[in-house]
Amino acid sequence: MFDNLSNRLDGIVKRLRGKGRLTEADVDEIMKEIRAALLEADVNVTVVRSVCNRIREHAIGATRSQALDPGQQVVKAVNDELVRILGGETLTVQYASKPPTVILMAGLQGSGKTTATGKLALWFKSQGRQPLLVGADLQRPAAVEQLRTLGRQVDVPVYSDPEDPILTAYEGVEEAKRLGRDVVIVDTAGRLSIDAEMMEQVRLISGAVSPDYTFLVIDAMTGQDAVQTAEAFHETLQIDGVILSKLDGDARGGAALSVKEVIGRPIAFASTGEKLDAFEQFHPDRMASRILGMGDVLTLIEQA
Amino acid sequence: ASFSGAFGSILGRGAITDETWDDLEEALLRADVGLGVADGLLEPLKERVKAKEITEPSDLLAALQADMIARLADADREVHFDESLEPGQPNVWLFVGVNGVGKTTTIGKVARQQTEAGRTLLLAAGDTFRAAAAEQLGTWAERSNTEFVRGTEGGDPSSVIFDGIERAASKQIDLVLADTAGRLHTKTNLMEELKKVRRVAEKGAGTVTETLLVIDATTGQNGLAQARQFSEATNVTGVVLTKLDGSAKGGIVFAVETELGIPVKLVGVGEQVNDLIPFDPDEFVNALFDTGTDG
Ligand SMILES: Nc1nc2c(ncn2[C@@H]2O[C@H](COP(=O)(O)OP(=O)(O)OP(=O)(O)O)[C@@H](O)[C@H]2O)c(=O)[nH]1
Ligand SMILES: Nc1nc2c(ncn2[C@@H]2O[C@H](COP(=O)(O)OP(=O)(O)OP(=O)(O)O)[C@@H](O)[C@H]2O)c(=O)[nH]1
Ligand SMILES: [Mg+2]
Ligand SMILES: [Mg+2]
Repeated sequence: MFDNLSNRLDGIVKRLRGKGRLTEADVDEIMKEIRAALLEADVNVTVVRSVCNRIREHAIGATRSQALDPGQQVVKAVNDELVRILGGETLTVQYASKPPTVILMAGLQGSGKTTATGKLALWFKSQGRQPLLVGADLQRPAAVEQLRTLGRQVDVPVYSDPEDPILTAYEGVEEAKRLGRDVVIVDTAGRLSIDAEMMEQVRLISGAVSPDYTFLVIDAMTGQDAVQTAEAFHETLQIDGVILSKLDGDARGGAALSVKEVIGRPIAFASTGEKLDAFEQFHPDRMASRILGMGDVLTLIEQA
Repeated sequence: ASFSGAFGSILGRGAITDETWDDLEEALLRADVGLGVADGLLEPLKERVKAKEITEPSDLLAALQADMIARLADADREVHFDESLEPGQPNVWLFVGVNGVGKTTTIGKVARQQTEAGRTLLLAAGDTFRAAAAEQLGTWAERSNTEFVRGTEGGDPSSVIFDGIERAASKQIDLVLADTAGRLHTKTNLMEELKKVRRVAEKGAGTVTETLLVIDATTGQNGLAQARQFSEATNVTGVVLTKLDGSAKGGIVFAVETELGIPVKLVGVGEQVNDLIPFDPDEFVNALFDTGTDG
């Protein structure tokens, strides 16, 4: 595996131990390692630049504290900054006063929307709700069949109409009212953010159902493009939260940081497997350690 | 080449400055080429600039592109079909990769191309795990009017593929395209399952002549780990780069090919049956720098 940041910084931290303050050169050296780690984690170049500028300020300020070594102070400052960016307001679902509460799923092809739709259904059930799923992906072969299978697995009804995705979405909400289901989750086809026609389609779907929440599903393995994708979807749909998928692999998931930084919406859920119960609320602190490639930020600091 | 994005700002300067190098590095990073590879490309150029061998920004750009294209020059990009195999001994092309990258769709496209090239085909639904995966492949089989074999949901993928190959052999079908379930390269049990698929595919009458690793153009640095692990498990013979019709550049496959020696063979440029083209190094390298916007 990659040389992780804790290994890289360990040497610097040891060397700086007992040093009263950091020189400009020390800070440069540290920042170079941090930048490399963030880029290796797929954090967007522009985001890396702004994050590093902020960390640099902390790094210089850090030397004034007596409690820890300067090197350790810097590591802590990096971690704190990432947690700060990733965290902030968390998303707590406010149910519509007049049910159903409508959720719209959007994202690139293959990002994990349909799976996350099934997972959300299970999650809402665990919250005592009665969801209905709507299959508005009439594009991908067997997409509705996939959703129906997932619906059966979690014992939740699925609505779809092969005619038209916008109509399907609209009718899906009507169907939920008729059946007395209090949450509707609309799955949509994967689309590229630069595909004007498809982006217009999802805008119309959104208009037809007036979602209470629109979730953008992002693959944790995404590289630099995460920013462009998130900005475009946010501009078209007003994203309320992000679902980060495929976190069960070894991708560092820098996309989480990039997306949070550019659209300023919380990362609501982490999808961690193909099974429908592999789904949890997002933890900013765990994600920060992961992006930095150090599960042991605190251990490193405690070595003081 | 288009001179937008990174090119614009580099050419806008009269001379090669520190900013020029920063811009070049940034352009490569934005395309997901990766920091190590980017610096590996720029270091030798820095020497050449120092030696006054290169003095103009435009020459520097040209040199970088030429260098990248040269590094992609000698690969064998043919998707191999062994013509020497007898009727009843089908070629088998296996498709592998992480979840959602475009394996099944690529099979649908390859099926059309190969059918049009005059070969007879069978598609084997080796993804018995994902909901409606077999139905999805079945739709593609209908689209190019090929034979199709599927198993039971949750069944053993290697036996589905084995059955597909046996059926193809008995019907003297030329080529079996075997789909597999998406799996993360870190899942040991699933990678073991894939090794078994690869082994069993050679057990009967068939011969695996290609194992294609599908990589999504949006993939970041994790792509290298994917390529390493899948290669180890299945001896990957080529990469299919999908979704290059999007805003992502797919630069990670430059690293995969130059660091691991796995050639990129095919490129997916859409969701329709004809959206599959051969990989062209010149076009790929030019597109890497064609950023347009500063994201
Ligand atoms: N390992 C893992 N696989 C996942 C996760 N979420 C989804 N997948 C898999 O990723 C693949 C794509 O998931 P889908 O839910 O079909 O993605 P989608 O966004 O609906 O795809 P399209 O509708 O084609 O755009 C499937 O193989 C899923 O099983 C996850 O958290 N971890
Ligand atoms: N725009 C674009 N979309 C593509 C391309 N190739 C595949 N897709 C889409 O990507 C999504 C996933 O494709 P699949 O073929 O189901 O991917 P897979 O690797 O078989 O997925 P799993 O079996 O779930 O692991 C689908 O929505 C496809 O239509 C491509 O080249 N361009
Ligand atoms: Mg889907
Ligand atoms: Mg598939």
